[in-house]
Amino acid sequence: MSEPMRIRATLQGDVADVRILMRHPMETGLRKDAQGQIVPVHFIQNVTVAHNGKIVLDAQWSQAVSRDPFLGLRVKGAKVGDKITVTWTDSKGDKRMDEASVTGAS
Amino acid sequence: MHEQRRRFLLITGAGAAALSGLLPPFNADAATWNKAGFESKALNDAIKSLGAANATETRDISITAPDIAENGAVVPVAILSKIPNTQSISILAEKNPFPLAATFDIADSAEPYASVRLKLGETTHVRAIVKAEGKFYTASKEVKVTVGGCG
Repeated sequence: MSEPMRIRATLQGDVADVRILMRHPMETGLRKDAQGQIVPVHFIQNVTVAHNGKIVLDAQWSQAVSRDPFLGLRVKGAKVGDKITVTWTDSKGDKRMDEASVTGAS
Repeated sequence: MHEQRRRFLLITGAGAAALSGLLPPFNADAATWNKAGFESKALNDAIKSLGAANATETRDISITAPDIAENGAVVPVAILSKIPNTQSISILAEKNPFPLAATFDIADSAEPYASVRLKLGETTHVRAIVKAEGKFYTASKEVKVTVGGCG
């Protein structure tokens, strides 16, 4: 079971600044382990971000995205309490979905 | 204080319910993965896979990335398009083994902006390709890499 994402969505005016931190090894398939064996390729391929259930960003990634990926985006017309839902799917077909609420600027 | 805690528990409860399959599959209309593009080893093939062979050079795409990256494994790259009706932003690391790193399809309800952290194998131009109203625009920025991040 994958670890939860950390999602922070902070309202600035009517735009939510969304910052997502995922937990994933993002193996390139080029790296060798301590025994000299190639570590098999394993990375997040698709990420969708929805605002109150409507998809606002749909990403396709390669293995060039860094380990424990960061994704930043800005959602227009947001309000405090709106739901931001993030789903990823990796190259093994594993999925994870997490959700957070938009908060006011502190 | 207690109220906040209760709301947090409610939210996590909803997330767990969704994950256990009570809600319809969320990813149903996700874009399919551009296999040909992501598996291209040649930059031109990757660009062609996007349909962007004739992209116009522009100053209306800003690329925020360090001039010098000491650690190629984690290089922050942010792209902001000032082109009206931007539909998608792709990022390519020209010298990486597989140059195409990411494509972001962006709805009208999000700003034409995306920020990620990439692995760069060596000093390279980071190229952004923006699709707007069916046309392609491009800009690039060189990032000098001290220690490569592909291994």
